[in-house]
Amino acid sequence: MSAEKPTTPVPTMPIPTMIEFRGVQKYYGDYHALRGINACIRAGEFFSLLGPSGCGKTTLLRTIAGFEGISDGAVLVDGKNMAGVPANQRPTNMVFQSYAIFPHLTVAENVGFGLRRARLPKAELGRQVGAALEMVGLSGYGARAAHALSGGQRQRVALARALILKPKVLLLDEPLSALDKKMREQMQVELIKLQRQVGITFVLVTHDQEEALVMSDRIAVMFDGEIDQLDDPETLYRHPTSRRVANFIGTMNFMPAKVLSEDGGRIEVEAQGFGRLTLDAAQASGAPSPEGASIGFRPETLTILFDSQKAVDRDSMATIEEVVYYGDMTYYDARLDGMQSPVRISMRNVFGRPVLDIGARARVAWSPGALVLFR
Amino acid sequence: MKGGWFRVYAFGYLIFLYAPIILLPLFAFNDATIISFPLTGFTTRWFSAMFDNPPLHLAVKNSLLVAVTSSVVSTCLGIFAARATTRYNFPFKAGLMGLIMLPLVLPEIIVAVSLLVVLLGIGINLSLLTVIFGHVLICTPFAIAILSSAFQGLDRSLEEAAYDLGETAFSTFRLIILPLVMPGVISSLLIAFTISLDEFIIAFFLAGTETTLPIYIFSQFRFPKAVPVIMALGTILVCLSIILLTIAEIFRRRGIAKAGGKDTGGFL
Repeated sequence: MSAEKPTTPVPTMPIPTMIEFRGVQKYYGDYHALRGINACIRAGEFFSLLGPSGCGKTTLLRTIAGFEGISDGAVLVDGKNMAGVPANQRPTNMVFQSYAIFPHLTVAENVGFGLRRARLPKAELGRQVGAALEMVGLSGYGARAAHALSGGQRQRVALARALILKPKVLLLDEPLSALDKKMREQMQVELIKLQRQVGITFVLVTHDQEEALVMSDRIAVMFDGEIDQLDDPETLYRHPTSRRVANFIGTMNFMPAKVLSEDGGRIEVEAQGFGRLTLDAAQASGAPSPEGASIGFRPETLTILFDSQKAVDRDSMATIEEVVYYGDMTYYDARLDGMQSPVRISMRNVFGRPVLDIGARARVAWSPGALVLFR
Repeated sequence: MKGGWFRVYAFGYLIFLYAPIILLPLFAFNDATIISFPLTGFTTRWFSAMFDNPPLHLAVKNSLLVAVTSSVVSTCLGIFAARATTRYNFPFKAGLMGLIMLPLVLPEIIVAVSLLVVLLGIGINLSLLTVIFGHVLICTPFAIAILSSAFQGLDRSLEEAAYDLGETAFSTFRLIILPLVMPGVISSLLIAFTISLDEFIIAFFLAGTETTLPIYIFSQFRFPKAVPVIMALGTILVCLSIILLTIAEIFRRRGIAKAGGKDTGGFL
């Protein structure tokens, strides 16, 4: 999207595919849970399945693990079709939402559970379990009873238990949803580090858009059993291809707009409050919708100008209608002259700069390049 | 006094319930053949009289055989049923489970008579085996009730996790499920054992020429001289039942705590 992009392609090594969905369909009786999923997950990437509850993301994850059969299509892991391969023979391991720590075993017995079949000598088993515990920061916890652990510790044991088998893919089913906010943020960072360290493909299911943005290399946003958009976090955030993706990830303002003319790479648009604009074709998204076209923009792409600040691009006068103070940030609902409804603007609070009052008039800077056109 | 009458009621209820049972040890240690007050003196001879009584020994042996067998069989059936109801959905599930639980409330004499008619009708000779059949029938609902609560407390992902880590369905059951429901299994075994041990009606109808302990006790009441011995025997049985049921309840609660669930009530 950015103008700095080199025009000549840089030769890169092709990244091998670890998981491939080919037209995956899943029915539960009459209910169509997965409606033709086609996607590739690259080897070694941190991939997220993001969507509201009931969108099929957990079902899709469970088809990789083998807990869920598919009605049609194919799931390939490392190039091999997984049809008929039971869960206990797949090169994948899972971290469950409830962690599923075996309560009657010790931490070490839990972590070493998957190695039982390998019949390793005791010393070797102990060494591997010790290494796995060290990797998740639980050295010395081996002899503890598993049911006495805290939520965060259970999470780590579940990770160690799944990673000790060196799977090709680690599946994580909403692993952080049971933790409190502080712990969750800490574990997010630890999971990213861990993934980089082991280099295993991670597939994460989450309904938390922030979590997905923070952790993932690429994200598939799912609605109603379909993948709406599959992109890296930045593209997803800056250039959502549908209104529902835009709404699900972060906050997006929408203003009714009318497409006046399209001429190759240029689109002439008339948008409420913004007037006549000429947009780049790359800024347009999606197929024409019955609701009509609209212009979308993130709260931080508008800036309220203070004192003698000058707009880089364009500016308009606006009336402040609502102020929400967050400490580091302030959210304003401001109505640009000519708009029928207010838009949300987020401003970082800077020392020495006042927080505006409701009813105040302000100059707002904006840039046509930051707008997205939904047809 | 607030709730005064409720206290009186509760107290009276407990006396009505337990006074006869308290009389049992009282007369078991009383030095007289006639069961009446005043007590005449302390003796343990009714207890020692039990030691040289071959018919009693035979009855005890039979009862133990029946109770052990039927508790093991009904607990096994209970494991299957509890596993099926908590894991799988099948048509008419509620109705089927209702039918399985029905012997819990059916009049035992009706069950006993119908079993007798059927067994004689298909030409099976009455023996301890037929008593075991009958006892399995009435013990299984108890086993299912206890084991269902044990299986319900299990998180399904535990099974999936073990399977995911390479175990087979069978080894998952052995390594994960069975240890976690074991307290429920022990509780079920003990309760089924206790129920079978003192069950009279079905045993009376289906035992043929064999005697079990309750049948022996009933038959001895015809002889006044034997009554104090029965009192002594009864004392031992009451103590044994209380001990077994207490152990069973302890195991049931421990099982629920182990699986991390909440106590949803039991038989005690």
